[in-house]
Amino acid sequence: MQHESEIREPLILGKKSYHQITEDIVRPIEGKASKLWYILLTIAVICFSWGIGCLAYTIGTGIGVWGSNNGVDWAWDITNFVWWIGIGHAGTLISAVLLLFRQKWRMAINRSAEAMTIFAVMCAAIFVTLHTGRPWLDYWLFPLPNQFGSLWVNFNSPLLWDVFAVSTYFSVSLVFWYTGLIPDFAMIRDRAVKPFAKKMYGILSFGWGGSARHWSRFEEVSLVLAGLSTPLVFSVHSIVSMDFATSVVPGWHTTIFPPYFVAGAVFSGFAMVLTLLLIVRKIYHLENYITKKHVEYMNIIIIVTGSIVGVAYLTELFISWYSGVEYEQYAFLNRATGPYWWAYAAMMTCNVISPQLFWFKKLRTSLMFTFILSIVVNIGMWFERFVIIVPTLCRTFLPSTWNMYHPTFVDIGIFTGTIGMFFTFFLLFTRYFPVIAQSELKTIVKSSGQEYKEKAKHHAH
Amino acid sequence: MSKVVIHAIYDDEEPLLESAKQLRSQGFNIKDVFSPFPIHGIDGVIGVPRTRLAICAFLYGITGTSLATLMMWYMMVHDWPTNIGGKPSFAYYMNVPAFIPISFESTVLCAAHGMAITFFLRSWLIPGAKAKNPDPRTTDDKFMMVIETEEGSKSNIESILKNGGASEVHYK
Repeated sequence: MQHESEIREPLILGKKSYHQITEDIVRPIEGKASKLWYILLTIAVICFSWGIGCLAYTIGTGIGVWGSNNGVDWAWDITNFVWWIGIGHAGTLISAVLLLFRQKWRMAINRSAEAMTIFAVMCAAIFVTLHTGRPWLDYWLFPLPNQFGSLWVNFNSPLLWDVFAVSTYFSVSLVFWYTGLIPDFAMIRDRAVKPFAKKMYGILSFGWGGSARHWSRFEEVSLVLAGLSTPLVFSVHSIVSMDFATSVVPGWHTTIFPPYFVAGAVFSGFAMVLTLLLIVRKIYHLENYITKKHVEYMNIIIIVTGSIVGVAYLTELFISWYSGVEYEQYAFLNRATGPYWWAYAAMMTCNVISPQLFWFKKLRTSLMFTFILSIVVNIGMWFERFVIIVPTLCRTFLPSTWNMYHPTFVDIGIFTGTIGMFFTFFLLFTRYFPVIAQSELKTIVKSSGQEYKEKAKHHAH
Repeated sequence: MSKVVIHAIYDDEEPLLESAKQLRSQGFNIKDVFSPFPIHGIDGVIGVPRTRLAICAFLYGITGTSLATLMMWYMMVHDWPTNIGGKPSFAYYMNVPAFIPISFESTVLCAAHGMAITFFLRSWLIPGAKAKNPDPRTTDDKFMMVIETEEGSKSNIESILKNGGASEVHYK
């Protein structure tokens, strides 16, 4: 058994036996859903349906129903795409990077963070498939020969790299998530009473039995998948940033983009994990597993990544001035003082100033404050992508192409729809899937559980 | 002599590990152990060989790299070279920087999926497969050791198991 220093705070509170952990994790699945769950699900489904309506309207009428225009040809679609993809990154970071660093606190949050990744990437996929204008021709993105000749896709283009990166990211994350779920599904199967539930969880669990041979392979698979996902997650958002950085648009053509996008992605992703988990721990009474300490750890990551993002913003400003390139200088001046100055101000306040409040221990251990700030950070990160895209495109080289961008109700509707879809899937996930990786949690109860830690302390004295 | 299969159930993983060590030192064969979570150190004790899945992942990975390389060379250099923004496109080595991202993604894609599929098939974990644990409690909080032995050494094993802290011993 591993030993842990007694000054480290316990990660599992209260007296928990293995059986008690099982009971606590299956309670939301076996019990009745609360009223709050139904209310949230109804709201989410309404938003989702509205989004489907707007999506159908876009496909039926054409992309002209969006606010995008000749100058500003990327707007809400790409803003939302980058925002959602970025949110997804925290899931992989928690499950893969923290696994490689052997951070035990990941075990209470990795399952739901990975679920969040998968749903967020699905939301992102909606925007990229739609923004091509004729989504029924999206198979042109794949390396297929042109029907009328033998022209192929352009492998020099980051937009094509993106197709490969995002699809790899989605499918690998799905496999990683599902592999981890199998032992937990088996646990639910083995205690299910209703025949239908037993059958369903039986199918989902793939016949897992927990034999020593299988566990040994299972751990190897988790470790290698973590090792593969870690560079993958960095590559995905780097490639997303190259969609911008390899262009010749002032304000986009910068080498700082890949690291800055990755840091921003982790920043917004952790904020979304916090938003979701603070709700989950409340409605499913998981306070003993997702403790204040977990929230504090995540808040520390928010300070670190938020500060990296802040430094990146300032570096961009400095370099644009220092470059001596008029166009670069104007691009940044326009972002801060142009027609969309309010978006820039919102971005700076939410992303640079607000996370610095977490330096105060009182604030970073306050759950209410964390919840509010996590939403503030998500808003800020949405504005960051908006600021990169819209103000830049509405003031490019030719003043005759300068015009403003206004979102239409369809833009807003599809965005609302993806938020609805995200929460619909997430709520269904929390109801039918084990939200905490209980088999992993059982391995740390003796080293990081409160009861065992206190016992060990008594022994020492 | 006829063979017997013994199912010993423990409430905790540490006594199980101790009993397993004792049984092995006396030369008994432990067929398998079922547990709700991986017991560290059990593999060496009961003689589970180190899995070769990581080697598989590596092989699948280089297959992915090769396939991506072949695909991009064929499409961009061999079959229909195109002048795109004046970037060199008439030799693979000149164009290779632009091919690195997709080569990497393809490596990861093939390694991850190939490894996962191999793991599922090798362990016969497929949708609809019968649950492999003899006792449903072993996915909750019980630990089970399966021992295959001769009829004659039954009592000897039972005493080791009972002294080691087994809460139940069954014969199959």
